[in-house]
Amino acid sequence: MLVYTIKRLLALIPTLLAASILVFLFIHLIPGDPASILLGDTATPEDVAALTREMGLDQPIWKQYLLWLSNVLQGDLGTSVFFREPVLSVIGDGAETSILLATMTMFWIVLFGIPIGILSATKHGTWVDQMTSGGAMLFASVPTFWLGLYLILIFSVGLGWFPSSGFPSVSDDGGLANLRYLILPSLTLAAPNAALIIRLVRASMLDVSREDHVRTARAKGLHPAKVAIKHVFRNALIAVAAAFGFTFAALVSEAVVTETVFSLPGIGRLVVQSILRRDYPVIQGVILVIVVLYMIINLLVDLAYARLDPRVSLK
Amino acid sequence: MALLDVTDLEIAVAAGGKLLPVVRGVSFAIEENETLGIVGESGCGKSLTSLAIMGLLEGSQVRITGGSIQFDGRELTTLSAEDRRAIMGDQMAMIFQEPMTSLNPVYRIGDQIVETLRQHRDMTKGQARDRAIELLDLVRIPEPTRRVDSFPHQMSGGQRQRVMIAMALACDPKLLIADEPTTALDVTVQKEVLDLMADLQTRTGTAIVLISHDLGVIAETCDKVAVMYRGKIAEAATTRELFSNMSHPYTRGLLNSIPVVDHDVEWLEAIPGRVPTIDEVLPGCAFHPRCPLAEDRCNAEDPAPRDVANGHAVRCHFAGGAA
Ligand SMILES: Nc1ncnc2c1ncn2[C@@H]1O[C@H](COP(=O)(O)OP(=O)(O)OP(=O)(O)O)[C@@H](O)[C@H]1O
Ligand SMILES: [Mg+2]
Repeated sequence: MLVYTIKRLLALIPTLLAASILVFLFIHLIPGDPASILLGDTATPEDVAALTREMGLDQPIWKQYLLWLSNVLQGDLGTSVFFREPVLSVIGDGAETSILLATMTMFWIVLFGIPIGILSATKHGTWVDQMTSGGAMLFASVPTFWLGLYLILIFSVGLGWFPSSGFPSVSDDGGLANLRYLILPSLTLAAPNAALIIRLVRASMLDVSREDHVRTARAKGLHPAKVAIKHVFRNALIAVAAAFGFTFAALVSEAVVTETVFSLPGIGRLVVQSILRRDYPVIQGVILVIVVLYMIINLLVDLAYARLDPRVSLK
Repeated sequence: MALLDVTDLEIAVAAGGKLLPVVRGVSFAIEENETLGIVGESGCGKSLTSLAIMGLLEGSQVRITGGSIQFDGRELTTLSAEDRRAIMGDQMAMIFQEPMTSLNPVYRIGDQIVETLRQHRDMTKGQARDRAIELLDLVRIPEPTRRVDSFPHQMSGGQRQRVMIAMALACDPKLLIADEPTTALDVTVQKEVLDLMADLQTRTGTAIVLISHDLGVIAETCDKVAVMYRGKIAEAATTRELFSNMSHPYTRGLLNSIPVVDHDVEWLEAIPGRVPTIDEVLPGCAFHPRCPLAEDRCNAEDPAPRDVANGHAVRCHFAGGAA
């Protein structure tokens, strides 16, 4: 297990290299010159040229890449063109929001997705199942921004229960109570993914319940609830665990939309703004971080998979 | 009173708003220490009959529509689900045809045996584990103290079926139902498993219902035989009586379809024709379209069971010579 983990982490390196080259190339394909955007309309061509030189943008692209890479290897992701601050600290500022948002979202996904999925499967064919399956279908197909706007309309504008935008840090005034700013956004993010998990839990439980070993479990005289959880759900979990890897990928892209809708100072919004500002170092840094996270999550999913299914051996 | 007494059992499948009868008027009884063989071609209702006795039809399209199942003095067809579960796995246990898939792949075999034990007996985990090791030893799994921690995928089909037997015997059931326990196994392993069951029966006195479509297996292991055809018992007798005085043309056909391996030429006479599907309505004797003896009345009149000897009942117009 340890050897496998180390191997997988080493395998990260070539993937990261490839990803960084791709990102570098794509960013430079976007039209627009960061120096002139930064300096605004009033800048003289000389100022623009000077800033371009200062940022190293007059160098050939491969030279720029190698320079950036050697800095990254020394732990320096560069300096934000816009904020004039190290990229790492710019990302760090957004990280609190995004990490809390992601954690709350995962919490909702597990809290709603799994029990409702189990309920739907055990009540399979009844009105309970039809209601939950229908609801899941609906939430899975609603666009994130639309759901976000509706939640704002109902729960902040209408009922005034939750704030509609922003997020003061939990270390500011209000402390943990500030988490209420994240309730609507995390629910928005969780809804389509929880719906997916509901449908997946239901479908895989129904698959498993037709397997012979479930009949064996029933023949032992176990209570139906015990059969459903200990035998059916436990086996269905194998397929569900695999889906959490995809869920993370979906979360990243949906977080961009959600953070924008709720004006949250998170990494998702940072990406969007940095692209608009042509803040190359920040974009590259964020994408690097996301790729690393994504691969770590996938590694965790594979490790969980091997724990859940004794037939899987890690090599 | 017999340990298990099935009388006029009727089972039907719900399909498209209708109830199609699949098992009709099946009756038999088993005493302690006895082995009853149920034999018949695929689809004749052997599994449904055994699932009905075991109480595993619940939640499927299939239900009991008539008759009674008396077990150890209790009527099972009207028992509450909870009382039923108290019997399942404890006084009555079942092993299935598919050893490869009948065990839960994610749990160690020891834990699966322990689960049965702790469901019905007041045992600590340690006690149940010791008993599981004992049971594995009983079914001749080598190195039981080590194998108790194996996962099902680490064992062969024959070993898994032994584990199933160990699990079924965990609570010393009075009745063991074995639905084609050896069909999926190699011939040599088949014999080992059957011998094991017979051997365990002499020690524990468990009554066994052994389902098979192989008359050879039945001849070797059973005290009594019921031959089923299309949901009905065509012929029933003690094994000795049945093989010395086969009276139903279907039973004779089944015997002839046993492959004779030690002949120069392997010869197999299958019964001509196909088994009619369950939704076909047949007047008269269900076997008449395939029967070599069939006459006009077979087409019109369904023969009632008649006794050709003491305890030997046959559903055939020609049984006992009187046509
Ligand atoms: N769940 C079900 N739904 C509908 N029909 C069923 C169901 N289970 C069994 N049947 C039908 O009932 C009939 C009897 O089935 P059963 O499984 O008892 O046969 P069997 O004698 O055990 O055959 P085999 O030797 O193939 O195991 C078959 O025609 C089968 O198609
Ligand atoms: Mg069967």
